[in-house]
Amino acid sequence: MDYRNVLTTCTYCGCGCTFYLEVLDGHLVNTIPCKTSNLNEGKLCVKGWSVHEFVESPNRLTQPLLRKDGKLTPVSWDEALDFTVKRLKEIKEANGPDSIAFLASAKVTNEENYLIQKFARAAVGTNNVDHCARL
Amino acid sequence: MVEKIKARVQELLASGKIKGFLGLRERYGHVGPYLFTDPNDLDGMSVGDGAKPGDTRYSLNKQLIRLVRCYQDDAFGVLVRGCDERGLKTLIASNQLDPARVVPVGLACPQELADACECMKPYPDEYVAGEQAEGRPFAGVAQIEAMAMEERFKVWLAEFAKCVKCYGCRDVCPMCYCKECTLGSKDFVNVGTLPPQNPIFHITRALHMAGRCIDCGLCSEACPADIPLRTLYKKIADLVDQEYQYRPGYGEPKASLTIHGLGDAPQH
Repeated sequence: MDYRNVLTTCTYCGCGCTFYLEVLDGHLVNTIPCKTSNLNEGKLCVKGWSVHEFVESPNRLTQPLLRKDGKLTPVSWDEALDFTVKRLKEIKEANGPDSIAFLASAKVTNEENYLIQKFARAAVGTNNVDHCARL
Repeated sequence: MVEKIKARVQELLASGKIKGFLGLRERYGHVGPYLFTDPNDLDGMSVGDGAKPGDTRYSLNKQLIRLVRCYQDDAFGVLVRGCDERGLKTLIASNQLDPARVVPVGLACPQELADACECMKPYPDEYVAGEQAEGRPFAGVAQIEAMAMEERFKVWLAEFAKCVKCYGCRDVCPMCYCKECTLGSKDFVNVGTLPPQNPIFHITRALHMAGRCIDCGLCSEACPADIPLRTLYKKIADLVDQEYQYRPGYGEPKASLTIHGLGDAPQH
């Protein structure tokens, strides 16, 4: 019998609410906010309440995909990254650095966010840096 | 109090009468739901009393339904206060739980909690821990009813305006077991937009609590906007009692619940 309530932190925003993920037979079935958390005090936002749904969602991206002949095709990380570098260079060349924008994240470390804005500003040459909450 | 609960649980697990006991446990500095399966591993069990009595209660019945449905050959124990027992009775009457596979372990709530909850019956029919406290009337409902109709409406519109449509009230509710929820159906509400329609969103939920809400108060506790949902649903329960002489979980369960719901609409 596999039934567990696993204490964890929300992956969505910078708040980091505490909740239990209810696991039944190896699958996530429910989200239960933690009553003793000083942060969220047993409450959650709509994203937090439905967090268990995305983990096993069939819509979830599990590998790099590249559109070839109009069809999304699984590729290696190397191929995906090479393509990204090539296209970013081409777009910057043809349309200028401000034609590219970057979306940082509430859920990565400060150091990772520093890297992305450094890449945007110093490597690509644009101030178009915004945040995943804009999505 | 927890020692008496632990003793009962140990007995039930050791005898094999239950496969597991759905209760609360302190782990990693937090108190949360836990399925105890080993009679020798009950350390850290909690009854849900933190800084104040009852402030770390969870929707255990909601989890129990899923557990019982999944493990069809086993019986499970569950921690019940007065409200949880009302929930069990109503869930059994609605065919959501098989009474043969549920073993409640009762806990009577202290007067302080009964007062805070304005609970009419703060103890289950049978309990192994706690002492019977006095039931309390719905003072919150009376307070609102003392206001003139127009003022009452203003008060509720102002409360509902705070709603961020987190669906916490519905998601935590132990009595909300519907596979398809009206509040998620575009035929009844605006799905995917904010703010929720005021007051139709909340009135819809309140109406769905008729004959269903067992007054546990977890909805109000889950509301990040501190909307007094429980008070509204207590009023709904009063109306249902008036019209149908039925209050979910109190007295005999309504036998017709499984097929006909409450009954024909009152004609007046």
